Amino acid sequence: MDSKTQQSRIPSFSESLSQTAVQAPDSATAPENRDPVVASPIREFLAGRGSSAFADRWFRGLMVACALSIFAIVGLIATELVLRSELSLKKFGVGFFFHSGWDPVAGNYGAWPFIYGTLVSSLVALVIAVPLAVGLAIFLTEMCPRWLRSPLAFLTELLAAIPSVVYGLWAVFVLVPLLREHVNPVLAKALGWTTLFSGPNYGIGMLAAGVILAIMILPIISSLTREVMSAVPHMQREAVLALGATRWEMIRMGVLRNARIGIVGSIILGLGRALGETMAVTMVIGNRPEIAKSLFAPGYSMASVIANEFSEASDDLYLSALIEIGLALFLVTIVVNALARVLVWAVTRGAPARAV
Amino acid sequence: MGVGIEVTELDAWYGTHQTLFKINLNVPANQATALIGPSGCGKSTFVRCLNRMHETAAAGRVAGTVRIGNLDIYRDAAPVEIRRRVGMVFQRPNPFPTMSIYDNVASGLKLNGFRNRRMLDEIVEKSLRHAALWDEVKDDLRKKSGASLSGGQQQRLCIARALAVDPEVLLMDEPASALDPVSTAKIEDLIFELKSQYTIVIVTHNMQQAARVAERTGFFLSGKLVEIDATHKIFTNPGDKRTEDYITGRFG
Repeated sequence: MDSKTQQSRIPSFSESLSQTAVQAPDSATAPENRDPVVASPIREFLAGRGSSAFADRWFRGLMVACALSIFAIVGLIATELVLRSELSLKKFGVGFFFHSGWDPVAGNYGAWPFIYGTLVSSLVALVIAVPLAVGLAIFLTEMCPRWLRSPLAFLTELLAAIPSVVYGLWAVFVLVPLLREHVNPVLAKALGWTTLFSGPNYGIGMLAAGVILAIMILPIISSLTREVMSAVPHMQREAVLALGATRWEMIRMGVLRNARIGIVGSIILGLGRALGETMAVTMVIGNRPEIAKSLFAPGYSMASVIANEFSEASDDLYLSALIEIGLALFLVTIVVNALARVLVWAVTRGAPARAV
Repeated sequence: MGVGIEVTELDAWYGTHQTLFKINLNVPANQATALIGPSGCGKSTFVRCLNRMHETAAAGRVAGTVRIGNLDIYRDAAPVEIRRRVGMVFQRPNPFPTMSIYDNVASGLKLNGFRNRRMLDEIVEKSLRHAALWDEVKDDLRKKSGASLSGGQQQRLCIARALAVDPEVLLMDEPASALDPVSTAKIEDLIFELKSQYTIVIVTHNMQQAARVAERTGFFLSGKLVEIDATHKIFTNPGDKRTEDYITGRFG
């Protein structure tokens, strides 16, 4: 039926209106063009194109399928994780997520130290990376001399392209000794009283993992923030300047304020990468399933334990517990993203966030 | 009270491209002065030189003297100080979309560290009344964002925002060109009201608008000031052939 409607030639306007007095003014001045269908090959061609409804429907169907595939993928991952971790789910229940203890020999498993390690190392990464990334983005969009802009932007994006195992190696050979010899002693002296920076200083540990993660998520946050900031209309900057603002006030009021939603979005993306990062973290976090108050102490993350122990999981319960850690990582990511969205919503409830 | 502006031998460039040539012009206090001319003639650049906005553009450069009152703005003061005293309204309404109506108006004062809430309330109301917007927005000052208003209301909000810092001079760069006739009429009435308290320089493409609101009108062409005189003289008996051609629509 579609092909029929496509091929049947619809009458042109002059045909369907042939008996009425309506006539375009130009056809009156050019009598040889009185029958446009005959005279104009372009009109003939366009009239033969039909309604194209068939193609449109196909396109729509294809796009809907693309969109629905997201649901299918997420659903498949979730069901697979739940099914494969059935054994440990049954044995430990919800307590698995809040229980700390990891003893494959005794068959005692709990995910809490790993959840803690993932969250804390990611948090440390955000605390370091966000100010750095936003500062870099501000410099690049608002004050960078033109000749420096593209090399700096290129280098930032290059950071994102380095494989994480290379970051890990660099962290082991450069970052960890640097932290151990120079940074940690200073931190311990200045901020030791907070107990965040105290205890034995191995170099390897939660802080090292946080720092390497910060370097890894820096390019994501900074390049997205830069995009959002350069999308803020120039008029907004001029409006603030015309009120007598200094450059910093202009950036704060005219740029950051308008771009804040996008900046939060880029931070969430960075956080997403930090939560799931495996290789580099595994190489420097210390791989000990313990919860220590000090950031100098070694820890473990969810992704690291899966990567390290998956090949050694000798019995079914062990394997099942590891897969349940995967489920925990999946859930933590969802919860963190949801919280971030709530935060955005709460901040912007008063006023629409759209930049004009 | 407004103050007069005295411009002597003003040149302006974008990079190597000179856009203004030796402009000499006086703007009397407490009057509206209109600047007309075809697109690209330099009239916008000229007003942007009066609050030192021109130099914020990439490679914008200025030479010559601009005195506002007794102050030589390019030698005796920093740009920030000048812009606090010279308000500006732009061609397209540009309220801050993430701020409420109240915060939009108060933004200039808050920016400069003014924190007295009671006085802020008073100033916001006075500025909005002055901009003939108070009655339309008084019920949702804090509820609605500046971007939720109509185009004409947004432009009056921008005028209120400029008035809130109590400037001595108000520069308007085609303030009504993006608005419909009703909003335009409101803005024109407003300019008429405001000139008793401020010195106004208004760039416009609309010659009737210049005739309606301004005591004096200047005609710019290719970066030069062709002539400036009383508005009725410019429109009835211009001194220069090019002005006559422009206002009668023979070019431009």
